[in-house]
Amino acid sequence: MSASAHAVVADLRDRIRQFDGRALRDRAVLPFGVPEIDEKLPGGGLALASLHEVCGGGNDAVEGAAAMLFAAGIAARTRGQVLWCLTRPDLFAPALAQAGLAPGRVLYMEANDEKSLLLCLEEGLRHGGLGAVVAEVARLSMTASRRLQLAAEAGGTLGIALRRFRHKREVGAFLLPTAAVTRWQVSVAPSAPLPVPGVGRACWRLELTRCRAGEAAEFEVEASDAEGRIAFSSRLADRSPAAGHGRLGASA
Amino acid sequence: MPRVVSLFLPGWPIDRLRRAMGASAPPPDARLVLVGREGSRRVVTAVSRPAEAAGLRVGMPLTKAHALLPDILTMPADPAADAAALERLALWALQHYAPIVAPDPPDGLVIDTTGADHLHGGEARMLGGLVNRLAASGIFARAAIADTRGAAYAAARFLADPVCVVPGGGVAEAVARLPLMGLRIPPETVAGLHVLGFATIGDVLAVPRAPLVLRFGALLGRRLDQVQGTVLEPVDPLRDPELATVRKVFGEPIGAPETIARYTAGLVRDLCRTLERRGLGARRLDLLFHRIDNSLQAIRVGTARAVRDEKRLTRLICDRIETIDPGFGIEIMELTATLAEPLALQQAVTSLVEEETADIAGLVDVIANRIGARRLYRIAPVESDVPERSVRRIAPLAPDDGATWQGRWPRPARLLARPEPVEVMALLPDHPPAFFTWRGVRRRVKCADGPERIFGEWWKRDAELAAVRDYFQVEDMEGERFWLFRSADEEQASSGIGRWFLHGVFA
Repeated sequence: MSASAHAVVADLRDRIRQFDGRALRDRAVLPFGVPEIDEKLPGGGLALASLHEVCGGGNDAVEGAAAMLFAAGIAARTRGQVLWCLTRPDLFAPALAQAGLAPGRVLYMEANDEKSLLLCLEEGLRHGGLGAVVAEVARLSMTASRRLQLAAEAGGTLGIALRRFRHKREVGAFLLPTAAVTRWQVSVAPSAPLPVPGVGRACWRLELTRCRAGEAAEFEVEASDAEGRIAFSSRLADRSPAAGHGRLGASA
Repeated sequence: MPRVVSLFLPGWPIDRLRRAMGASAPPPDARLVLVGREGSRRVVTAVSRPAEAAGLRVGMPLTKAHALLPDILTMPADPAADAAALERLALWALQHYAPIVAPDPPDGLVIDTTGADHLHGGEARMLGGLVNRLAASGIFARAAIADTRGAAYAAARFLADPVCVVPGGGVAEAVARLPLMGLRIPPETVAGLHVLGFATIGDVLAVPRAPLVLRFGALLGRRLDQVQGTVLEPVDPLRDPELATVRKVFGEPIGAPETIARYTAGLVRDLCRTLERRGLGARRLDLLFHRIDNSLQAIRVGTARAVRDEKRLTRLICDRIETIDPGFGIEIMELTATLAEPLALQQAVTSLVEEETADIAGLVDVIANRIGARRLYRIAPVESDVPERSVRRIAPLAPDDGATWQGRWPRPARLLARPEPVEVMALLPDHPPAFFTWRGVRRRVKCADGPERIFGEWWKRDAELAAVRDYFQVEDMEGERFWLFRSADEEQASSGIGRWFLHGVFA
């Protein structure tokens, strides 16, 4: 019963989309290349013509370095130029290059206030010639995010709102809903110890806290590599059952 | 409220002459005076600074100057050439700074920069840049910006050192202490006011107006009003017949934004035709609005490359229409391509196989006109090991040479503007810290990579000759990663003293 109901709903959804005339474009997605994550996302990846939200979790909320590299990894896997809007110029470009985003592809825009930043972000999304637009924003209201989502749909461009806070107490503002299609929270996790002295590949705890037409999920992943790809953490295989979260069997 | 820049060129005739003469100009320390005729007398019309220091003044008879200093160098003055050169300077300012510029003879310019300063990084930076650029080409200048042309004039001559920004609404306060010469009134009037005991502009503003006007004429009253801004004083903008210009004169004044947008589209179409005939593309467009109250409003847009695309140019201008205050109506609209460059015909990509790269020049223009061109950039690698020097900004549409940063060592996502000192417990030598305290939080290091040794660049600064930084990437128990370095020179390393800094945050 439930399986056939799902099929009926999916069919209806498809037909509504065709009336909308957005069927083809909406189906374009950017998969992570990690089956465990992609199967949780409707369509099997991040929808290209949409706005996504990424924020740092835990101690990383203010610096947002992990969230930034996560966004850079996604942008690196799109095609074409990337517009990166920021309000504080503390981003270190060589790190972006190490996450797969070559310097020739990134166009930086330094706005002096959030209002002009959002305007330029919308402009970039609507233009349609860019691969992705990433913007470091502190506040994102429902109205603003809806505008951005419409602009992303119109331009067929992937938008990433990289939520960045000036103080830890502002983190609460992130709980307010926005029109973004997905919302990711990236926090750092201790890396797997290496058999030799040294630092291994960084690990992130990736929480999909909101996903339109999907469910929330949580993953443990290894950070973006030089092509911008994240990898599913191999550590889950030898983790004790108490620390796991029900996905133990998947990678064992 | 408009913002007006007054540029004062104290040594204009001599600076101009020196530039015109080039290599054959007299040395800077020469006691040079320029000589003109006043009736049958020969008088000094300009003095160089060494001559001024020696006691010579403008307006002195030449015989007296010779008597004071027998070894002065004299040259004939050429007021016509001075005025012509001032106009050329005004044209340069028009192309680089703002749409409304006028020469303010004999020794200055006035520029209405309302709404244009953000493109140059703010008012103070804009003035500083202007003065420095002139100084680099041998023209000594002072500049001031204020709400009124009169106040800017006075501030440029008596306050600026070399620049002065009179804050909005602060005109009365700023000019009160300035001498009467700042009012742009004839010297006889100044002398008369001095006799009556007035010394500063504030003194004159404080007394009833009518008796003064009765005695010294209406000009004094008008100048006082103009300084305070109670009477509008529009700048009559310089226009060069060489520039491509189209005008639209309205029988009935217009004001609605939609109407303005419609006529703008028409003007852009006409201008593009003019440009096409000349084989040019616009780099900078100025749209001037003459309002019926005789004041001017302006929109300036710039493009990263020469453009002759009607749709794009119209879009760029229409983006800014909301900044225009039509007042009681606009009677003339005038569109000028202030800066135009040859536009070469390009062959479009015809190959079906070749991947099409989207042209983002239009987007770059839209954003640059909104937030200022210098805020839109790409970052290119620089061959330098010192991390903070390894990046430089380049133009957004600069050709991509595919260069990237070399080296296998990971770099942090966020680099602190300046390294912050941290307290560290470490084993020496060459060991990463075991603990460190940053911003009040003590962290235990779980694992670390390093050291990556980076030497100072002694060819840039002598002080870096012995400077060494040993960088470590460390991970604390929480999984957060930081970029720490121990700064040491040879001596300190051997004595075991090295200060630790935190320079960046990884992810």
